[in-house]
Amino acid sequence: MFDVIFLQFLNGLDKGAAYALIALGLTLVFGTLGVVNFAHGALFMLGAFCAVLFRQLLTMETITIDPTQLSPWGAPLEVRAPLVQAWFGDFGAVLVNYSVPASIIITIPIMLLVGIGLERGIIKHFYKRPHAEQILVTFGLAIVAQELIKSFFGPNPIPQPMPSDLRGAADIGAFLGMQANVITYPIWRLVYFLFSFIIIGGVFAFLQFTTFGMVVRAGMADRETVGLLGINIDKRFTIMFGLAAVVAGLAGVMYTPLLPPNYHIGMDFLVLSFVVVVVGGMGSLPGAVAAGFLLGILQSFASMTQVKALIPGIDQVIIYLVAVVILLVLPRGLFGRRGVMEA
Amino acid sequence: MRTMTRNDLMLLLGFAAVVLAMPIWLQPFGAAYPDLLQRFMIFGIFAVGFNILFGLTGYLSFGHAAFFGVGSYAAVWSFKLLSLDAIPAMIFAIVISGVFALIIGYLSLRRSGIYFSILTLAFAQMSYNLAYSVLTPITNGETGLQLTINDPRYLDRVFGDAMPGQPVPTLLGQSLGGFTGFYFCAAFLILTFFIAQRITGSPFGMMLKGIKSNQTRMNYTGVNTRPYTLAAFVISGMYAGLAGALMAVTDPLAGAERMQWTASGEVVLMTILGGAGTLVGPVLGAWIIKYFENIFSALNDSILARFWSFLPDGLDHTAVVVSGKFVGEGWFLTLGLVFVLIVVFLPGGVMEGVRRITTLVSPKSKPPASPESTSPQPQPAE
Repeated sequence: MFDVIFLQFLNGLDKGAAYALIALGLTLVFGTLGVVNFAHGALFMLGAFCAVLFRQLLTMETITIDPTQLSPWGAPLEVRAPLVQAWFGDFGAVLVNYSVPASIIITIPIMLLVGIGLERGIIKHFYKRPHAEQILVTFGLAIVAQELIKSFFGPNPIPQPMPSDLRGAADIGAFLGMQANVITYPIWRLVYFLFSFIIIGGVFAFLQFTTFGMVVRAGMADRETVGLLGINIDKRFTIMFGLAAVVAGLAGVMYTPLLPPNYHIGMDFLVLSFVVVVVGGMGSLPGAVAAGFLLGILQSFASMTQVKALIPGIDQVIIYLVAVVILLVLPRGLFGRRGVMEA
Repeated sequence: MRTMTRNDLMLLLGFAAVVLAMPIWLQPFGAAYPDLLQRFMIFGIFAVGFNILFGLTGYLSFGHAAFFGVGSYAAVWSFKLLSLDAIPAMIFAIVISGVFALIIGYLSLRRSGIYFSILTLAFAQMSYNLAYSVLTPITNGETGLQLTINDPRYLDRVFGDAMPGQPVPTLLGQSLGGFTGFYFCAAFLILTFFIAQRITGSPFGMMLKGIKSNQTRMNYTGVNTRPYTLAAFVISGMYAGLAGALMAVTDPLAGAERMQWTASGEVVLMTILGGAGTLVGPVLGAWIIKYFENIFSALNDSILARFWSFLPDGLDHTAVVVSGKFVGEGWFLTLGLVFVLIVVFLPGGVMEGVRRITTLVSPKSKPPASPESTSPQPQPAE
């Protein structure tokens, strides 16, 4: 019995990690700028498509027709030469193999630019507007981003292979000194969980231990006073928006081998992430992370056959059910502060 | 209850005239076919109902499609079990969706702001997921609930007129296809518009507006606001149920995708696009979105090529390629862009645009008219 429970716990971790990463970014934006960002799921999707783009760039080929050679059916032979071979030599093959983690290199600058551009271009005009209008404009932006991606990459999911060394499953049970081959777990999911752990830890450390983070935290608590002290808090908040976009984008990049990205992957995650943020308490960073993992793990337990036999359909509604119960019992979510977003 | 002023009456009559004459004045825009016109009416009702909640009280529900879907299912079940007549189906649908809205509203209205939005969203997504999985005996899952020849239809059997052939909904024996269906829906749109107008003008409507502008102050003056918001929620849920039932009347097939959160988002878009809080705005928004959904998505490259043919060679090809991204499959892109522009520059929606133009054209006219007395000049095709 214990190993079954432990396995479900592990299964919940990778989904919970994705929820936690998206919810973390949403909360960062809300806590700093006070903006409810419905375009955050679209940022996750854009990140995922950075990985797709990177792989497409790497697998570009030059096709030359060699008239001296003939293919088996008599036509002139097409010689395909991967460009990456020409650029990087043998390292190119490694790069193609590791295209998903490697695309982080292009994801960070792209998402930083997208985030800062979005904030400076549109969202900064909405600080003083009602939350309903913020929701609407970001919702419109999400539709635009989604449709742009659809028109460039098509409507179908584009599978991204994981690096060959990280395929297969790890025998975690044996590693922990239990019976072998009872608890095995796909390596990539483990990688994703560790990755999210590093990102979340990094964001918290950044906010906690750097001067920049200290100023941002002060600004979250009392924006006006920090501004009166002569600090350009707007500029720092813009950078925080960019950082939130990068977090969402990285979450998307690393998730591509688990779920082939299509243009509406962001919306699917967004609805759940909003539930996660609200359950954690609007504006609370630890709340977002805790609620993300909590809901991911609960979802995994609810999809066990034994549980489904007990309560039919529970796996379909568990997240929403938990959200409803928590919101009705704890009005501000798990870690929410008083007076946030209740107008 | 305030009696109807002359302005109100003029607005209602003008609205009714515009609606009933739709098959004529929509002819030049290529939209005067019954199927689209029925959709105009149905989503008009949906948006008017949504506006009673969002426009008057300011509570943003993200789960209104659940009531729409429940209305559809209830109507189809009434066709299956009771009678093929539309009247019992409508009554049944309104009652069921009203009860559904009462339960969800009672729980959700304990919170406000985004917590309320998330609660309604959670309830709607639960209904949607359950309709697809466990409730398959009631909803028929992915196939959707449809009429069959072997349905019991107890009331019809009692009166002994089991119709031969494929069953279709009727009204007192009259088939509801084509323009009959349109006028049936149009009658309901005008009726619901009238009710919404009366609600907006009544003391109850004033209470709701008070809740929107400052709920805390309402509470401090000793008013318990919960019954008012709950009443508004239930009324708007019943409107959605009615719209869902009409959807089932014109096309007796109910599917769970009508309850998905994108459908809830759509009605929010309609209301905002037209102008939340106004009477005519939401209807306009619904018409504009449905019109462009049908017309834009039908455009293709050859039509565009003809449209751009006045441009010099080469340039026209570029124009076709660029504009092709915005029509057909990509019409959602246009919707998103228009929507962002509207929220940025015209937060009051189309109705605010109309008002700004009116004050621009006649600067010496009376002080800015209140939203509900603006005369309707709907030109959704522009």
